[in-house]
Amino acid sequence: MSAEVTILGAGVAGLTVAHELAGRGVALRIIDPAGGPGPEGCSWWAGGMLAPYCEGETAEESVVRLGGDAADWWRAAGAEVTRAGTLVLALGRDRSELDRFARRTRGHRRLSAEALDGLEPALAGRFTGALHLPREAHLDPRAALTTLRRGLAARGLAIERDATPAPTGGTVIDCRGLAARDRLPGLRGVRGEMAILRAPDPALRRVVRLLHPRHPLYLVPRGDGIYMLGATQIESDGRGPPSLRSVAELLNAVYALHPAFAEAEVLEIGADARPAFADNLPRIVREGDRIHVNGLFRHGFLLAPALARMVAGLLLDGKQPELMQ
Amino acid sequence: MPVFYGTEIASPLMLGTAQYPSPAVLAEAFRRSGAGVATVSLRREAAGGGGAEFWALIRELGVRVMPNTAGCHSVREAVTTAHMAREVFGTDWIKLEVIGHADTLQPDPFGLVEAARILTEDGFRVFPYTTEDGILGGRLLEAGCEVLMPWGAPIGTGLGLNNLYGLRTLRAQFPEVPMVVDAGLGRPSHAAQAMELGFDAVLLNTAVARAGDPAAMAEGFARALEAGRLARAADPMEPRDMAAPSTPLLGLAVLE
Repeated sequence: MSAEVTILGAGVAGLTVAHELAGRGVALRIIDPAGGPGPEGCSWWAGGMLAPYCEGETAEESVVRLGGDAADWWRAAGAEVTRAGTLVLALGRDRSELDRFARRTRGHRRLSAEALDGLEPALAGRFTGALHLPREAHLDPRAALTTLRRGLAARGLAIERDATPAPTGGTVIDCRGLAARDRLPGLRGVRGEMAILRAPDPALRRVVRLLHPRHPLYLVPRGDGIYMLGATQIESDGRGPPSLRSVAELLNAVYALHPAFAEAEVLEIGADARPAFADNLPRIVREGDRIHVNGLFRHGFLLAPALARMVAGLLLDGKQPELMQ
Repeated sequence: MPVFYGTEIASPLMLGTAQYPSPAVLAEAFRRSGAGVATVSLRREAAGGGGAEFWALIRELGVRVMPNTAGCHSVREAVTTAHMAREVFGTDWIKLEVIGHADTLQPDPFGLVEAARILTEDGFRVFPYTTEDGILGGRLLEAGCEVLMPWGAPIGTGLGLNNLYGLRTLRAQFPEVPMVVDAGLGRPSHAAQAMELGFDAVLLNTAVARAGDPAAMAEGFARALEAGRLARAADPMEPRDMAAPSTPLLGLAVLE
């Protein structure tokens, strides 16, 4: 089999690069020991928020800028993207957190209690105000990855479990995430723990972020009363099951957001480690014939489209990408 | 500069390593402030069995590392965590936290004294996170501590020095004991005030890590500490109720 490009890894980085390159007519192989996107990769456990402005609270300006087109990219790629914006809330004692968040982010507007009730009636009467970021969006990561995989399959591109026969020449695009630490010494793991809930009440349409000095959380609706609840951020590459403490803190916080969540079913709890460099920004790293796309940290679905375009620009147009190292 | 257990530290600023936007920002905060000690929480990062990479990043800062027992609610937990920390970081320095209440994060004074005694007997150099209570301070010294770390205010509140009288009294009660104001500081002025009161150092985390520009805030704290230290050494004036003109009235030129 001859292919110009071999992509290692079928997580969000590998599949977005594959989609971008296949769309531009590049002959590809995709190799992933798990045979495709699934629980072995950390993008399976992601929130799927396309929320560049909220991320700007702590992330570098480039994250806000490069994530701006992510929702358009995913929609064009066939994924179901919900453009309902983000609500940022704080409980009574922590109201000053809302002011801090507003000072450090763009793209938001202040909502009065009445306006909030209009937007999310299920939260009526619980908060005296909120921030609304109307231009943000979200998707279901598992559905989005499956969409990309099917699109590639429709082009005759199956994901191979192992690299036999070994790639002969051509470029290797290494999107193995944390597994690429064997070649990227600066890469580290940042552990995240999450849960998936089914809650008929309260019915939320958009992503909700609850600011809390100790246990911040976000809740991403996935339709049919299902929500992804995330996420811890711990300086550890441990990929083992979530700790009781982390789960207790997340569940307590969501209960504080709305007591109706007490009746929710906990469908899943999960944990994995996000690949990140020291500045928490992604990189494209050239190593001979190998190009690494890595370090997407907590911005996989937000930044992978921009990185995929950069890789395509580099390979096909010889354009030097800004995140190139 | 402060001396703890016979070791002189390069700066009165001791910085925690949690909650920064990224390790790169954390490193910049240490670089710009010249902080002399980095505290690191073993318990949290050990969850799930990893954390070695982050600890390697902390070691690369090139400052003295002091592990802590943050989040431990019992003597046994704190002692176990201290032992793990000694193995991981190869230091017998330990910031001892035994938390008495999950909401206020105030120290459990009884558990703290007991854990301090056990750890001192095990050869640790204990830095106890305590209240400003002088009786408790005395018990910790009896238990073998040679440093006291009273809180300014509860952890993470940024309220500053909540009980000036208590801190001043504690300082006066044990004039020879090195003391660090640990927790509750929000702004550099709080750190300057601690130094003016005669404390030897401050330990903080949230005020720097959660600032909009952590590195600039760390530098702000370092400069405030220097200001407070100079002021203390310069013997500041006492406040007084009556106005006292700095130019005597007598001898003023009479202008008609």
